[in-house]
This record gives sequence, structure tokens and C-alpha cells, in this order.
Amino acid sequence: MTVDTLLSARGLRLSFGAIPALAGVDVDLWPGEILAVVGESGSGKTTLLNVLCGRLAPDGGAVWYRDPSGRLADVHAMPAPTLRQLHRSDWGFVRQDPRESLRMGVSAGGNVGERLMAAGARHYGQIRATATEWLMRVEIDPARIDDLPRSFSGGMLQRLQIARTLATHPRLVFMDEPTGGLDVSVQARLLDLIRGLVRDLGIASVLVTHDLAVARLLAQRIAVMQRGLVVETGLTDQVLDDPRHPYTQLLVSSVLQA
Amino acid sequence: MPPVMLRTEALTKGFTLHLQGGLHIPVLGGIALAVAAGECVALGGPSGAGKSTLLRCLYGTYRTEGGRILVRHRGAFLDLAAADPRAILAVRAETLGYVSQFLRVVPRVPAVTIVAEAAIARGMAAEAAREHAAALLLRLGVPSRLHGLPPATFSGGEQQRVNLARGFIADHPILLLDEPTASLDAANRDAVLGLIREAKARGAAIVTIMHDTAARDAVADRLFPVPPLQDAA
Repeated sequence: MTVDTLLSARGLRLSFGAIPALAGVDVDLWPGEILAVVGESGSGKTTLLNVLCGRLAPDGGAVWYRDPSGRLADVHAMPAPTLRQLHRSDWGFVRQDPRESLRMGVSAGGNVGERLMAAGARHYGQIRATATEWLMRVEIDPARIDDLPRSFSGGMLQRLQIARTLATHPRLVFMDEPTGGLDVSVQARLLDLIRGLVRDLGIASVLVTHDLAVARLLAQRIAVMQRGLVVETGLTDQVLDDPRHPYTQLLVSSVLQA
Repeated sequence: MPPVMLRTEALTKGFTLHLQGGLHIPVLGGIALAVAAGECVALGGPSGAGKSTLLRCLYGTYRTEGGRILVRHRGAFLDLAAADPRAILAVRAETLGYVSQFLRVVPRVPAVTIVAEAAIARGMAAEAAREHAAALLLRLGVPSRLHGLPPATFSGGEQQRVNLARGFIADHPILLLDEPTASLDAANRDAVLGLIREAKARGAAIVTIMHDTAARDAVADRLFPVPPLQDAA
């Protein structure tokens, strides 16, 4: 850990019955950086994401987060209201299925506005103006601001989730397969959008994906997980162009060339 | 005597292929290369000798098995072979530029933006970077009507010229060029050779792979033969 590490985890362990989902995992994340966690289903990457963000308590190990004032806080030792407050503004979580984080019975603008209000915004006109601006940023027609998300396509829902998450200018965003389950053309648009927003806002992110092309496009660094362990880490081009661990070599060589 | 910008000491690199029963293929052994400011060194040797492998080691993409890669960065030598990922990213942003043989296309991003981003990363203001990018693309024969389009639909040669513009715009003190004149016609090849001469004149240290001997002789100060390890063994 260095003086400016944003998020740091040491020795994370968690078992579900006899199955170790995390078998001693260390993670460091610096401001403005995207770390991709790759590996196949069941490797423990989503569990890692849930432990890092405090949603799931580990059996062993600890996660520290450096707040804006520079203090280190133990994520799993902080009081529940403090953690909730972090999730409301300083942190964001983008899920593979936007329906899990959006409120489907609330308008598109309301979904963005709700997060702004949870972070302390009170002026209705200002909230609506900010929501409109965010819909435009994620390329949703602002005329749809009062429409319910259930009338949106899958790609639009995912863009709405991203608008809702980023509207409070979080410093750290956890992303779980944000482009999974979308058509390839929709994926490209979303990737380009995420790439631009993350860079313009200087957001740091832990991105879980099984898609090495997504990792190549978005991440500066990669951690490869297999059976609850990080088996290889490095710069994205180091890991993908010169994989050294047998499992990474298998992953890289298994990608179909289009 | 101009200062040495890049130096390797006993650089060794091989690949262990775990999917082929752990077969180990040695490629580079004991490479000692030094490149001074304003100097252009062309890597020589037969195909398969490890020229591209060496270039990728120098950029930090291939992790070495032994030896040091000393890069003059912020006034002091930094060993790229032992540097952590964040230090390597800082070296690439400020000191070390690389032009690969192929453009890795980012969907939906216009050509001029791809080029300008490389200059913005080195601290140039956005508007100036855009103007500079457009001028460089024109110089490399990419017409204005293409600047606003993503290069996914461009021809191989056009993509390569976008790639070259991105590599040259940031004026890195050290440049690694993998076949910069391949797949270019005579006029565009001359434009690239002009850019290489200008980079040398401003003091850039350049390592390049060029199979076109006429182009190589026009800009390279000397040839560094990469000995084929496989044959020697």
C-alpha cells in the first residue's frame, strides 16, 4: 500500500461451505485507474467485488478505503450508516442486470434524481436539470425523462444505470460485467461511453469481466483469478500479450479471433 | 557526446508454453544495446531472430527473464524490467513511445481524436492537440474527410498512418517503431522518413525494425544485429 492507494485489500478469504470463493486475495487500486478482474465463471471474481464494496463480509482479511480527507477506513469495520453513505455518493455499483439497481416503477429522470437526492441535493429544478444533462451524456433522448424504464431497450437501461451511478461523481465505481448480455453493436457504444466518462471524471474502477477484449479496451491493469486466487497480475498488455501463468495462457489462447 | 537514453544489460527473454507441456523457448540472450539521443538504431537479423520480441521488451510489454532495461526518465535511469506497473505507465506517458504494426481500433472514436489523445496525455491543451493531430494526419496522407470517422472502416494503410500519427504526435524522447514504413506507398513512406529525421533532430532516441533496406539506410545510423538464439543452441 502506498500513500495514495484508494482501495487496498489484504488476505481476503471467504468460503461457501467447502468451496473457497476467495483463498487469500490482495488488491490495490489507485485513483483514476481501472483494474479488470478476469477469469471464468466460479473463479471468485464477483465474490471479490462484493467483498471489496462491503456487501459481503470475508472470513478473513481486510479492505481499506481512503476517504477524500485522506484517512484510511476499514470497510468491514465501519458502522452500517457510514457504509451506506459511501454507496450513496462516493462509490457506485454498476450491475450486469440494470433492473437490479434501477427502480422500474420510477421515471428515468426520477432514477437519476433519486441518487442525487440521496447524496444531498434538494432543489427540484436543479435535480431535473442535472438528470436531463446526464441522460444526454449517456445518449438517451431527454424527451424520455418522464418515461418508465420498462419501455427502454436493454442497452438504454444499462446507459440509464450508468447515468444514475455517475451523477454523484463517485471516486470509485465497482462494475460487474457491465456489457454482458448486450448485442455486440450495443456493447461497443457502451464501452466507448464508459471509457470516455471514466477518463473525463477521473473515476477509479474495479471491473469484473470474463471478456478479455473489454479488459483490453478499458483497463490499465488486469488481475486473473482462478479458484479463488489471483494467479497473475500486471499491465493489461503484459498479461494479454505475454501471459505467464498456465491458466492465463489457456484463457488468452481460448479467445476466438473474429 | 549525446547522452544515452536507453540501455539494456544482459537482457534475456524466453517463453514458457504451459499448454505445450511447459516447453521453454529461449529467444533473447544477453542483449546489450545502447541508444543515444538523436540516434536511430535499426534492429537486424533474420526473421524469427527476436527483433519484435526485443522491441516489446523495451516497451515493457514482454516481461524479461533476466537483465536490465534502463530508460532515461525524468533525468535519471529507471529499470523498466523491475518497475511496477504504475511506473511503467508513467514512463510510457512521458518518455517512451511505441508504434506497433497494427492499429488496435477503438469503436466509435474518430481518427483525429485517437491521435489527439496521445498528445493530451503528454499535457497538450485539447484544442491545440486537435489542430496538431489534423495537420499530422494530412501530412501522412489521411484526407480531412476521414478525420472525423472511426478508423474501423479504413484500409490497412490508412489505419497504419493513423497509428503513426498517434506515435509521432507526442514527441516522446524515446521512440520504438515496428515496421513504420510497411504497407505504405512511396509518398507516404517519404513522409514517415521525414518524421523520423525530425524526431532525430530534436534529440529523440529511436529503435526501429525496417525490412525495407532503402528506407532503413535513409534514416538509421547503425544496425544492431539480434543474434538468433535457436540456431546457436
